[in-house]
Amino acid sequence: MSAVDVDGVWKFYGDYPALRDVKLQAEKGACLALIGRNGAGKTTLLRVVAGFSRAGRGQVRIFGKEPRETDTRRQMGFIGHGISVYDELSALENLMLYGRLYGLPDPKKAAMDWLERTGLAHVRNGLVREFSRGMRQRLAVARAFLHEPSVLLLDEPFTALDDKAIAVLQRLLREALVAGKTIVMSTHQLREALELATHVALLNRGQVAFHGQRTPEMVSDPGYIYARYGEAN
Amino acid sequence: MTAFFRQALVITFKDLRAEIRTKEAVNASFAFALVILVIFSFAFDPSEDTTRDMSGGLLWIVFAFAGTLLLNRSFARELPNDTLDALIAAPISGAALFFGKAVANYFLLLAVELVSLPVFGIFYNVHWTSQFWELMLVLALGTWGLTLIGTFCSALTVNIRLREVMLPMLTYPALVPVLMASMVLTMSLVAGKPIGEETIPWLKILVGFDIVFTAASLTLVEIVLVG
Amino acid sequence: MRNTILYCLGAAVILLLVRDINLIAGFPEEKSQGAIFKIIFFHVPLAITAMLCSMVSLVASVMFLKTKNFRYDALAVAITEVGLAFLLGNLVTGSIWARVIWGVWWVWDVRLTSALVCWLLYAGYLMLRRAIEEPTQRATFAAAFSIFAFIDWPIVYLSIRLFRTQHPGPVFLSSQGSFPHDWTMAIFGPFGVLMAMMMLATVMTFVRLGQEDSKRELDSLRRMAHAM
Repeated sequence: MSAVDVDGVWKFYGDYPALRDVKLQAEKGACLALIGRNGAGKTTLLRVVAGFSRAGRGQVRIFGKEPRETDTRRQMGFIGHGISVYDELSALENLMLYGRLYGLPDPKKAAMDWLERTGLAHVRNGLVREFSRGMRQRLAVARAFLHEPSVLLLDEPFTALDDKAIAVLQRLLREALVAGKTIVMSTHQLREALELATHVALLNRGQVAFHGQRTPEMVSDPGYIYARYGEAN
Repeated sequence: MTAFFRQALVITFKDLRAEIRTKEAVNASFAFALVILVIFSFAFDPSEDTTRDMSGGLLWIVFAFAGTLLLNRSFARELPNDTLDALIAAPISGAALFFGKAVANYFLLLAVELVSLPVFGIFYNVHWTSQFWELMLVLALGTWGLTLIGTFCSALTVNIRLREVMLPMLTYPALVPVLMASMVLTMSLVAGKPIGEETIPWLKILVGFDIVFTAASLTLVEIVLVG
Repeated sequence: MRNTILYCLGAAVILLLVRDINLIAGFPEEKSQGAIFKIIFFHVPLAITAMLCSMVSLVASVMFLKTKNFRYDALAVAITEVGLAFLLGNLVTGSIWARVIWGVWWVWDVRLTSALVCWLLYAGYLMLRRAIEEPTQRATFAAAFSIFAFIDWPIVYLSIRLFRTQHPGPVFLSSQGSFPHDWTMAIFGPFGVLMAMMMLATVMTFVRLGQEDSKRELDSLRRMAHAM
């Protein structure tokens, strides 16, 4: 059973298909990089996989179960465009909140642990609204990893990160892959993503134009995939 | 079952903590209530007996307007950093999320109302303490009805254009039964009459409304949160 | 084929209304209120038709939420608009009635007040739709609100009626005095005004449904064009 299985998914906005018959799998322990132009449907696809919106046709399975099932939600971590933490709460309060929502046995310990791992332990009682941009992003990463999800869905996670945050995220993602977690990541930053990726999928106007293993050519020349498979007018 | 209440409480405390720290919504709400009370005094002379008679009704107009300000923020506060996404992704049911927020709103709105009451008593020369506990009962029931509809419509309108305009448009017509019942009961209680034969039906309407719409909102809210 | 049926229905509506208006004009005038009392022949069926529309809207909304089929959403919006139009007719006839009898353009009669609140409620439904661009979200939220509105309006009516029993005000219809049989038939009978209005509502709904279909097609074509 694949970790993430997208089977014949169509997503309609009214009568317009934003995703057309998308078939993709990500096996356990794989890191799938979703690439494509703006408007290709990467964010839409990720949000359908994460369960934020329902597919019009077809189905998504995460370890064989529906995305909206409670068990699945417990195993899934999502980073979207926003940081998803509260400005008026402290870093520790934010993580403890999510710890409780995810039913962790010791929310405080888990929160402290992840604050350490993202280099935020020294500001744990500071309010998020006073954080610098890089700190906010690292907290967002801590929030997503807090409950030790086995599937990570990341929507352009490297966009607008500062160097320190990029380093933290890459380290955490590598550790996650070593630990057998599955990652599906949409990205514009081809270089950072392709270094980590084991598989690549190219989306073009809602359809999968290419889906396969990452090859050395892709890493050395990220434009290669677009040139070879993309943009058939 | 307990998981539902436990998670709802996590949300309640989160909302309350955030609000107590910033006090943005309650301050704005209370200030608005004050302003309306003052403006009403121009339209309805507080020294007249007729005004005193209908002041109970005026009070609920104040609560409804000030309340909408507060309730609008309920789901809107989840927008700035996309926290709504994280809440929907978390293993918490839409109903628990809604209920947690409704309870938080309830206490915040009650706080604004309880602070407004003495001011109202002073401005309009009304002895609202004569049937104190019965008045508190009406406040409790009426505010829950207000909170339910307001929080539900806040969830409904969170992601749409013209949210601040849409929320009152949708909420007020739906609130007519609650407002009517609360107004009639309050006017009667403030005039010194305990709840009796004439006013019991209104109490029943309040309770009925609260029950029916608690059930309806909890059922429908999941649909509204996950597209 | 469908257009033919609609034309036939429309013709039937006109025939029925002509027949009924002639019939009604022939009835004797009511004792206390005079000729204006005959407005009841339209005032009441307008309200009943509007109520039926709201029931259909409820069913359509529930069906949409279950099946996600946009035809149900189209039906919901069409029937709600038609219902609002009929309810407006009820409000206007009520207003005219009040003007003739009491000299004022509005009275806070139980039914009129309830009709007004319900009108506002369902107008909110239409405003909500207008505020949401994305079709699936629009249909889903509108359906949820339609269900909410339907649960609410009986409670609204009960509340206002309770208020009016305690604070009596002007009433259009006194409950005493029986309604002559042929008058009842003129409204509720198989050729009566209610039947004519229900058919009219059906015609209007189908016309509106046709509009919704075209609009959806245009919308999706427009989105495809933008995507290219």
